[in-house]
Formats: sequence, structure tokens, C-alpha cells
Amino acid sequence: MAVARFWRENASRYNLIGTKCGVCGRVYFPPRSVCPTCHRKSIGKMEPFKLKGEGEVLTYSIVHEAPSQLEMQKPYVIAIVQMDEGVRITGQIIDVELDELKVGMKVRTTLRKVSDDGAAGVIHYGYKFMPV
Amino acid sequence: MDVGIVSYGAYIPRYRIVPQEIGKVWGTDGEAMSRNLYILSKSVPGPDEDVITIAVEAARGTLRRCGVDPKRIGAIYVGSESHPYAVKPTSTIVAEAIEASPNMTAADFEFACKAGTAAIQCCLGLVGSGMIEYGMAIGADTSQGAPGDALEYSASAGGAAYLIGSKNLIAKIENTVSYTTDTPDFWRREGQDYPSHGGRFTGEPAYFKHITSAAKRLLETMGTKPSDYDYAVFHQPNGKFPMRVAKQLGFTDQQIEAGLLTPFIGNTYSGAVPLGLASVLDVAKPGQRIFAVAYGSGAGSDAFDISITDGIEELDRSAAPSIRELVERKKFIDYATYAKYKNKIKLKEAIE
Ligand SMILES: [Zn+2]
Repeated sequence: MAVARFWRENASRYNLIGTKCGVCGRVYFPPRSVCPTCHRKSIGKMEPFKLKGEGEVLTYSIVHEAPSQLEMQKPYVIAIVQMDEGVRITGQIIDVELDELKVGMKVRTTLRKVSDDGAAGVIHYGYKFMPV
Repeated sequence: MDVGIVSYGAYIPRYRIVPQEIGKVWGTDGEAMSRNLYILSKSVPGPDEDVITIAVEAARGTLRRCGVDPKRIGAIYVGSESHPYAVKPTSTIVAEAIEASPNMTAADFEFACKAGTAAIQCCLGLVGSGMIEYGMAIGADTSQGAPGDALEYSASAGGAAYLIGSKNLIAKIENTVSYTTDTPDFWRREGQDYPSHGGRFTGEPAYFKHITSAAKRLLETMGTKPSDYDYAVFHQPNGKFPMRVAKQLGFTDQQIEAGLLTPFIGNTYSGAVPLGLASVLDVAKPGQRIFAVAYGSGAGSDAFDISITDGIEELDRSAAPSIRELVERKKFIDYATYAKYKNKIKLKEAIE
């Protein structure tokens, strides 16, 4: 992925900064410029909103056929996490044994390497989830 | 002005390998290695961990404990000998990841195993002179020993962060002194994957000479003796050296016990004294006094005289994991998995 595109999204990717609709109060991650519920009424009223990074696993899947960036980590876990603020985020769960995985388990975000552009390229960092 | 520690945080990757497992691969007596080094296991970073992720986790724990607004941090220095980039600072990524950017200064430090304490000294100077309100100093490493080399039994991963300031101190740094010479006991040339060392040369003229010289200078300056301190933390490349240097200086096994982590997690290099000190801060009480001496090859020692204040009772220590919890959070792996995680296996281009 282009260095510039990753870089622009760093603040939100490192710190889980989404947006909150000033009209209905719904929280979105990744950030949105328009609220899908309030549409035009929300224009100009979407504020940056930092998620605390805590939530629980709604559902998960164990991935055995990995893309090249995750080859070293397979089998690995991808989950949909219900954040305490209500928004749902898809992400990798790390530092967990497969037989300890449970729907409803508490997780929090941490920063990990998500990919790199080869041995000479930029390293990309982002959030992953770890058991609390 | 009193200057010292406002908060601290730490991180240790959860994977562990035992010396017996390493010895089995290289035809070495791992059991004897474990006994000689007094290392029972060492930490290993996961494939998606590096000095940046370790530093960020330690820094975030530091801020969770104290609630200081990261925008008030005027400097972030990260000391390591395993920065992920040769050019591109670790510290700028840490600054962004804790939301301290952009009105601040940052730099990466290198001084073998004492780059973290050098960062603490810099922050003390900047805070003490009034140039910044808070400074964050981090020591972290994911060190490599060449396969089959003696260092492979000890080189491990971990790190700790310190928020340095002049208000709401949990520990006052009474004084710090250093002792530095040109000693080629351990080095790594640019572009080399693994370090080289001077064998026997690493003991007496390097580790012991520098630590005892810095320690004696500090005791003299402060007019103190070893029995005036409740705890002592020494750099710990293995489990044996810190015990021996403590004895040489007149400290007891009881004084160093709380800060001795290498037997369980190996040598975390720039993370070693910062983690040992964090382990002491986890249990320290107001009025207690700590003596800490780091050592970095090449070579130099930084010594610190630290007094715990009443402020430590106010710090929310439970907001981040204790060293004991981090040490106990572990998963043992075999040598093959270790080699894979540490990038010691040659891969096809496609998997890169
Ligand atoms: Zn809305």
C-alpha cells in the first residue's frame, strides 16, 4: 500500500480515533465525514472521537490460509469486537491460545506491526486486540 | 527543584524459550549453560513485535497510571540497540502513538545496554533546567545473539518507560553520575545481523570495572553506604554478574532480589535496568531508597540514587500490568518456533 495513504491514517490507526455524530451521538470507526443515519444534518457536525480501546469479542474466525503478510502468524484469529462505545471493529486477536477463544471475552487494543513493504520498505503499525 | 519519576510502565513479550531447548539444537549442554548464566528462560518477541511496539506499550501504561496529558510531554527519547529502522526514529512513532506529537522534541539513543538510562539522564537535565515540563525516557530492545553463540542463551526482549518531571513525583532522583571509557568489549558493525564480543574481555575490565567505578563515585558523592539503601538494581546480562557485583560493592542478595529479572526473562539490554527498577517501584513504599547502576558496552555506567516519595501511594499502579504479572504471562516455545519468530530462517521472497 502507498506510504502516503498509510501515513495519513496513522493517527486513527494508532490511537483508534473515530468520529462521533454531533446530531445523534453515534460513534464511527474508521472515521466518517457524514453520519449514515443523519445524512445531511450531520455535515459539519462530525467530531473526532477517541475510543478507549476496550471491548468484547462478538464473533471470531480462525484463519488457516494467510495472506503473505500474516504467513508467519498462521493460524491466526480475526474477530469482530464490540467496543465499549458501541462501535464494532474487525481486527486480529493476538497473544491468545486458540482453545481459550470465547465469544464475550474481554479484549483491549495494543500496537503491533501490521505489514511492511519488504525488507527495505516502510513498516506499518496499527491496532490489534489482546485478551485483558 | 526536585526532579524525578512521575510514572512508569513496562512491557515484556509473552514468549519464552529455555536454555535446554537452545542447547539441544547446537549440541551444547543447555542445562550447564542455564546454571552457569543463572538464566532459567528468556523472553522472545512475537513476529509482529519490535522495539517500537514494546516502547509504545510501556509508554501507554505509564500514562494510564498517572493521567498526565501527553501534550505536556516536551521530549521523548528511546534508547535501544535494536531500533527497527537504521534511519527513521523510533521516538517519532512512539510520540504519535501516545498523542504527544507535534509540539515536542524526540530522538533515538544508542549506547548498548545503557541507552535507556542515558535517556533518563537527558530528561532529568531538560526538566531540571526548565526547558520542558515532562520528558519520557524509554529503554527497550529485541536483542539478537548469533545462532549457537553464548549470547543466544541470554539476548531477549522487553522495555520500560519513565515519565520524568518535577511535580507529583513518585520517586525523587537525588543524584546521578556516570563513568565512561573507550572499551571494545561488545560491538556490532552497521549492516551486521549479529553482534560480536570480546569473550573474557566482557567481564572484569568492562562490566565490573565500570559498574563499581560509577557506584563508588555515587556513594562518595552522596556520603552513603550500601546499607543505606533498601533496594539495589544492577545491569544484568545474566543472572550471575549482578549478584557478584553487588557482593563486591557490599550489597546483599536481599537488596537485589526485587530487581533481578534476568533469570526469568533473559537480558533485555536497554530494557534491563529500566525493567529491574520498575519491578522495585511495583513494591516500593514511601521513604525507601534505591541504588541503580546500568552498564552499556563500549563502555559506560550510569548510577542513580532514588528516594521513594509519598506520591507513590497516589499513583494508580494497578492501571498497568506489574512486572510480576508480565513475567508470569508466558508461553514456552521450541527452537523451531523461536527461529521462525526471530527471522532466523531463510525464506522465499514471496513470504517476505
Ligand atoms: Zn447521526
